[in-house]
Amino acid sequence: MRLPVLALAVLMTATPALAVLPGERLSDPRLEERARALSKDLRCMVCQNQAIDDSDAPLARDLRVLVRERLTAGDSDRQVIDFLVARYGEFVLLRPRFGWHTAVLWIAPLVFLVAGIAYLFVLVRRRRVAVVTAPLPLTDEEKARLEAALKP
Amino acid sequence: MMSPEVGHFALVLALALALVQSVVPIWGSRRGDTALMATASPVALGQFAFVTLSFVVLTYAYLVSDFSVENVFQNSHSTKPLIYKISGVWGNHEGSMVLWVVILTLFSALVAVFGRNLPLTLKANVLAVQGWITVAFLLFILKTSNPFARIIPAPMEGRDLNPLLQDVGLAIHPPLLYIGYVGFSMSFAFAVAALIDGKLDAAWARWVRPWTLVAWIFLTAGISMGSYWAYYELGWGGWWFWDPVENASLMPWLAGTALLHSAIVMEKREALKVWTVLLAILTFSLSLLGTFLVRSGVLTSVHAFAVDPERGVFILAILVVFIGGSLALYAWRAPTLKQGGLFAPVSREGALVLNNLFLTASCAAVFVGTLYPLALETLTGAKISVGPPFFNWTFGPLMVPLMLAMVFGPFLAWKRGDLAAVAQRLTLAFAAAILATLVTYAVTTGGPVLAPLFVGLAFYVIVGAILDVAERIQLFRAPAATSLARARGLPRAAWGAAVAHAGVGVMLLGIVGETAYKQETIVQMRPGESIAVAGYDITLQGLVPVEGPNYRDLVARLTVREGGVDAGMLEPAKRVYTARAMPTTEAALKTRGVSQLYVSPGDPGTDGSIALRFFYKPMVLLIWIGTLVMMFGGLLSLSDRRLRVGAPKPSARRVAATVQPAE
Repeated sequence: MRLPVLALAVLMTATPALAVLPGERLSDPRLEERARALSKDLRCMVCQNQAIDDSDAPLARDLRVLVRERLTAGDSDRQVIDFLVARYGEFVLLRPRFGWHTAVLWIAPLVFLVAGIAYLFVLVRRRRVAVVTAPLPLTDEEKARLEAALKP
Repeated sequence: MMSPEVGHFALVLALALALVQSVVPIWGSRRGDTALMATASPVALGQFAFVTLSFVVLTYAYLVSDFSVENVFQNSHSTKPLIYKISGVWGNHEGSMVLWVVILTLFSALVAVFGRNLPLTLKANVLAVQGWITVAFLLFILKTSNPFARIIPAPMEGRDLNPLLQDVGLAIHPPLLYIGYVGFSMSFAFAVAALIDGKLDAAWARWVRPWTLVAWIFLTAGISMGSYWAYYELGWGGWWFWDPVENASLMPWLAGTALLHSAIVMEKREALKVWTVLLAILTFSLSLLGTFLVRSGVLTSVHAFAVDPERGVFILAILVVFIGGSLALYAWRAPTLKQGGLFAPVSREGALVLNNLFLTASCAAVFVGTLYPLALETLTGAKISVGPPFFNWTFGPLMVPLMLAMVFGPFLAWKRGDLAAVAQRLTLAFAAAILATLVTYAVTTGGPVLAPLFVGLAFYVIVGAILDVAERIQLFRAPAATSLARARGLPRAAWGAAVAHAGVGVMLLGIVGETAYKQETIVQMRPGESIAVAGYDITLQGLVPVEGPNYRDLVARLTVREGGVDAGMLEPAKRVYTARAMPTTEAALKTRGVSQLYVSPGDPGTDGSIALRFFYKPMVLLIWIGTLVMMFGGLLSLSDRRLRVGAPKPSARRVAATVQPAE
């Protein structure tokens, strides 16, 4: 069942392409750099959790080309992102925007940390009071005497 | 004899034994009946035997390509290489769940065999809790995921294993990961047993530590292996993607690392008892959650979960019962546990509390980032993505104070430490950090502004760990013979801590090198053309089709010259697995020291050219070498005689005696 080399090559051409193909790149290195930076924060929506910069999927390629078209047309980074969000929804952003719907997401780690620190702070203060008012611990000699007395 | 039904029946028998194990020993422990408690061990061994038998039968079906078993038909192929026939057993849902239970019962069996000097009640309770988990998972397999289901008539040929999984790295990744996940069930069982008993002392912590360490070492190995597999197999050169599946394994790792540290405080100072128990519960809960996330299909889509809810709902029920149940038990019983050992904020205990705070906060960040999109979609229908940029922004900053504090910790005295004095003893570490930062600034061009600072941080961590050992053995301060004697007498746990901490620094160095200083070149090349990448001259010799056992390759033959000298070949390939007609990308790597040249092939053009993506990744191997060093530290700590079962006491005293004169 050997396929000739040519058929193999054709078969492979039909398979997904490599991430960021040479042909897609912009001649202006500054614009290309911005395009790459943007691509890293944009999701290939048919892939699992992959940025369009890394993805081989045809859709990712379309998006990469689209980003470059917008940049060449003179859009700012912000405008490119707004354009893509308007077209594909916020799902396209790998870094979700801060808003009411994502407030919990962004703040939760910070709240957790601050609450932890606050809790420890209170604990330390309370314990300091406890240390001051606590009865003196037994000395080793006293402990030994106590243990001897308690033994049946 | 090896008929699949034997395997199925063995699972049913194991379930029956697991039911016995989950009721009888604990009943005995409540009534103080030693005979009932003593049933736990033989029953645990029996379960292990039956589950193993079932696993062997399934493996045999794969080895002989018995396609009348649906699981084999779906995931194997008669031409598949032997090793992938074996790894195919756990390369699918049903088989991997059987492996999960094999490991679970193995741990129960280990407690049964090696737990001779455990208090009988504790042993009975621990095995009973293990029994509950075993019952839940065996029921899950038998009810929803029977690996021995038959198809009639039997197909002639199988569908082959997903090609991405046909790789040595991924063959051993799941067992490692599962030993890690399931290993934490031991700390969980000990925690729940202690809550039931209401007894929690330093001896308990000493019992829990080795199990936690074993789980931690294997989980580290599993995550590290998975990361390296993704690096060379997925073909786009990343090593960590913050994918939910990865996060699912990272969360128990973070919690488990915290547990490892808080257990030290509990063992040495009887403090943080309640917190340690909670961490033990949380760590295993996160392991269960990881299993749920990966196995229920909820990650691919909330809808996929809703379409085939049977498995998902079952696992969700397991989650609710075990996490909810253990937390309820905790809320009820924890207040009765006595808190011990007071300490000042600046002390070894304080540093370990700080470690726990940052580790759990980072774990919370990963948790929220992983589950928030699912929650939001379920509640409002809005779809958002949470990807690497989010985690780099939330997780990253939490790691910096952790690493800063990590070096101070081992230097601080128990109960009350002296920060200024420690800082003075760390002068060399600070100097190394500043020097490394300055040198990096001077040597590198480009790269992010902060990168040299992180190189400095890495050196600070590594040198700090070395200083820790040097200080303890009084290197250069005492005569060499004394230092040597002290080095020999130094507890393995102290060695382990220093080595593991150094490993973190090594890993950080690799991460900074790879992310900040990698070079990338993307070209379309024709045979005969050359290109220069990071000091290498690479020539494409030609595109050659190659036939593999169950795939076809189109190999790009590249010759590499380094400074005019021949440096061998690079042979990346586009591969098609014939059974599934599935294409994959086989990257090629050339290692120089700890740096790598990485080539990933793209499409061949119609004119005989091919797109190639070259990376030069400086210091990239340090990422995985760092994790190896961490694991080695864990092993050292595990070999500490304190933790060894039945370690002869006199010899421990003798070591102490040889060290004493140096004081």
